[in-house]
Amino acid sequence: MAKILKMVAQRLALGFLTLFVVSLIIFLGVELLPGDLAEAILGQAATPETVAAFRREVGLDLPPHTRYLDWLGGMLQGDFGRSLANQREISGLIGVRFANTLFLAATAAVIAVPLAVSLGVLAALYRNTLFDRAINVVTLTAISFPEFFVGYILILFLAVQANIFPSISNVSADLGFWEHVYRVMLPALTLTLVVVAHMMRMTRAAIINLLASPYIEMAMLKGISRSRIIIHHALPNALAPIINVIVINLAYLVVGVVVVEVVFAYPGLGQYFVDSVIKRDFPVVQACCLIFAATYILLNLTADVLSILSNPRLMHPK
Amino acid sequence: MRELNEYQQMLAAGKLTRRRFMQLATALGASTALATSMAGSALAATPKKGGTLRLGIGHGSTTDSLDPGTFENLYMQTVGGAVYNKLTEVAASGDIVPELAESWDVTPDAATWTFKLRQGVEFHNGKTMDSGDVIASINHHLGEDSKSAAKAILDPIAEVTADGKDTVVFKLKTGNADFPFILSDYHVAILPAKDGKLDPMSGVGNGGYMVESYEPGVRTALKRHPNYWKSDRAHFDGAEVLAILDVAARTNALTTGEIDAMDRVDLKTAHLLKRNRNIRIEEVSGTQHYTFAMRTDTDPFTDNHVRLALKYAIDREALVKTILRGHGVVGNDHPIGRSNRFHADDLEQRQYDPDKAKFHLKEAGLSSLKVDLSAADAAFPGAVDAAVLYKEHAAKAGIDINVVREPNDGYWSNVWLKKPWCAVYWGGRPTEDWMFSTAYAAGVPWNDTYWTHERFNQVLVQARAELDEAKRRQMYFELQKIVSDEGGVVVPMFANYVMGISTKLQHDKLGANWSMDGFRAIERWWFA
Repeated sequence: MAKILKMVAQRLALGFLTLFVVSLIIFLGVELLPGDLAEAILGQAATPETVAAFRREVGLDLPPHTRYLDWLGGMLQGDFGRSLANQREISGLIGVRFANTLFLAATAAVIAVPLAVSLGVLAALYRNTLFDRAINVVTLTAISFPEFFVGYILILFLAVQANIFPSISNVSADLGFWEHVYRVMLPALTLTLVVVAHMMRMTRAAIINLLASPYIEMAMLKGISRSRIIIHHALPNALAPIINVIVINLAYLVVGVVVVEVVFAYPGLGQYFVDSVIKRDFPVVQACCLIFAATYILLNLTADVLSILSNPRLMHPK
Repeated sequence: MRELNEYQQMLAAGKLTRRRFMQLATALGASTALATSMAGSALAATPKKGGTLRLGIGHGSTTDSLDPGTFENLYMQTVGGAVYNKLTEVAASGDIVPELAESWDVTPDAATWTFKLRQGVEFHNGKTMDSGDVIASINHHLGEDSKSAAKAILDPIAEVTADGKDTVVFKLKTGNADFPFILSDYHVAILPAKDGKLDPMSGVGNGGYMVESYEPGVRTALKRHPNYWKSDRAHFDGAEVLAILDVAARTNALTTGEIDAMDRVDLKTAHLLKRNRNIRIEEVSGTQHYTFAMRTDTDPFTDNHVRLALKYAIDREALVKTILRGHGVVGNDHPIGRSNRFHADDLEQRQYDPDKAKFHLKEAGLSSLKVDLSAADAAFPGAVDAAVLYKEHAAKAGIDINVVREPNDGYWSNVWLKKPWCAVYWGGRPTEDWMFSTAYAAGVPWNDTYWTHERFNQVLVQARAELDEAKRRQMYFELQKIVSDEGGVVVPMFANYVMGISTKLQHDKLGANWSMDGFRAIERWWFA
């Protein structure tokens, strides 16, 4: 156990270093983009005078390294700073958006993960049957379409024609939990269709991989039923790769869903991020990127810890 | 019966006369008695109070703010139209009418304007409006530290002073007969002042609705201002304005009843949406127009024959048909729309004529011409397609247009005003002078054709200070002709504002000065 704690501590320290490097890269990236916040906000209405006044007010006239160090200083004290565009506290704005993103990701995960794993197990169990082929075709078809297309199809059938779910996910903080779930159902289903295939295929492949190993052969010779072999003997040993692919998909559900957010007008972090990049609102871009990067780092760490815990050979090395 | 109901709505919206309605109704087999009663109920449609209006707007960004000086997209402009009042208002007819000002006076040189303020107008925070608030609101846009987009249009103001609590005097640098129009601009909202300063982010105005909650780029909840001074406006109890950027999502929300009205209807599917019984497609033709601006200080556009050749080498009808799907009208190479007061109706419409284009090329001493045209959909929806069509049309005149597809991102800072020839969007301005002095007068920052024409600039200044309508009309006709014949701009089309509205909503004649009933939908419309 001490070993795991040590690894977690090491990885967290490395994670902070990664975040620092990410912030530097993002800052340089935003600097390299043509135009700045003042020009982007004033758009067609920009005159040299108003652009200069805007820059003065938000501190864009300072040299880049000063701005970066100012930002870093605030960040180290846990202060995300203020949005340059509308002077609002970033932490407040991001908090709401991130909560929405996590809510959508969680809803999608609650549907998708059990579905994908059980479909994967069933596909392994009935390998090369019509059932196996059908599941493969359906899930691979779903993943092959672009997300917005899957979203539009669901809207067409479930919102416009059947009128079961709302076509836009108009959520606000004062909604009850189940009302919130109801309103994000269509985007959650879209995401489910998008991520199921990957996890399902991985579960199936990991289990089938093990079915050729000698201890499974032994179990078969003992006369144990096929379903018992797969669930009790194969699945525990296949957990490590399955956990890894699940975690990658969870990370995707958090950071990669901007298209789905737009299609359903859902106020998540992705839309906020894109708006801020378009307007070159650097502190917001930074904050969003750091959250995304931290999500990846933490989820990866979780996957590694879980892999070790699920594998006695790694838990108790000789 | 369905057609009959549609005619009734058109009658209520002022699109049909009563006589024409009766003719159509009886032609459809309705009895005279039925038609008479239907006409009566449509025309007597007095606004009803109540309900919450839900709007889906195709713009909106998390970087928006409630500061009217930074309003830059349809979302904030529509919200601003409900939250803030201005000194003057452009009525649906296109005339300028008093809003927070009760009346105004002008000296014969059109340079000193005295506005009498309406009394007893209350802000959302309970403060009563006086001249101090007006002056602070104007000064918010002026001065060195102003980052307001309205700074340029208010620049003609030399001095603004109070004459008592209810009177404000504007001294202008030069006479401007259209000055009251400038004060109706959506940036020039009146906010309460504290110690001579505004708190522009507070969202406190004196419009018909106050801000209950505001999430930039997502939604705004508005509720009726209980002490609103207008008794014939602000019929809804409240409004919810949603930013729905994706046009398919907006359309779906309207068809499934999640919202009551949307702007920026997808022109490609508008005819399908029309079939929905619960939805009306409304459109107005205003000042919104699309242009191809040539830099007249850059070869080969320095030669007016080259410019004329390019003007004759575009098929405007085809562009209106394909790019706007018929939701617009052809332009005549000047920026004044048909709804403007002084539109030159008798100016001959320029037609597609490859032979004339060839003639002008020859006059310019060229046998063929190869030019780059920069376009991106950020300029206007369909700009790249329009440029490609233009290329096809011009090929017949021996002109080779090379369409350069520019990135949407940063279009206004990197392409517009920089590239020799590019596609441009203009929301248009309510007056001729405003439009011309924004983009055609010599040396102004948005003169995107870098065009200097002595006679044009001379007449422009004269017309600005002229208070005699007939003389002004003549002057503006001349200006339109000069721009059309010698300017650096190709104006192929004026685009309608196209909106989708639930049949539950009612309204009077729609304002054509901006989208969404001149941005006043929330305070002008009502539920039937």
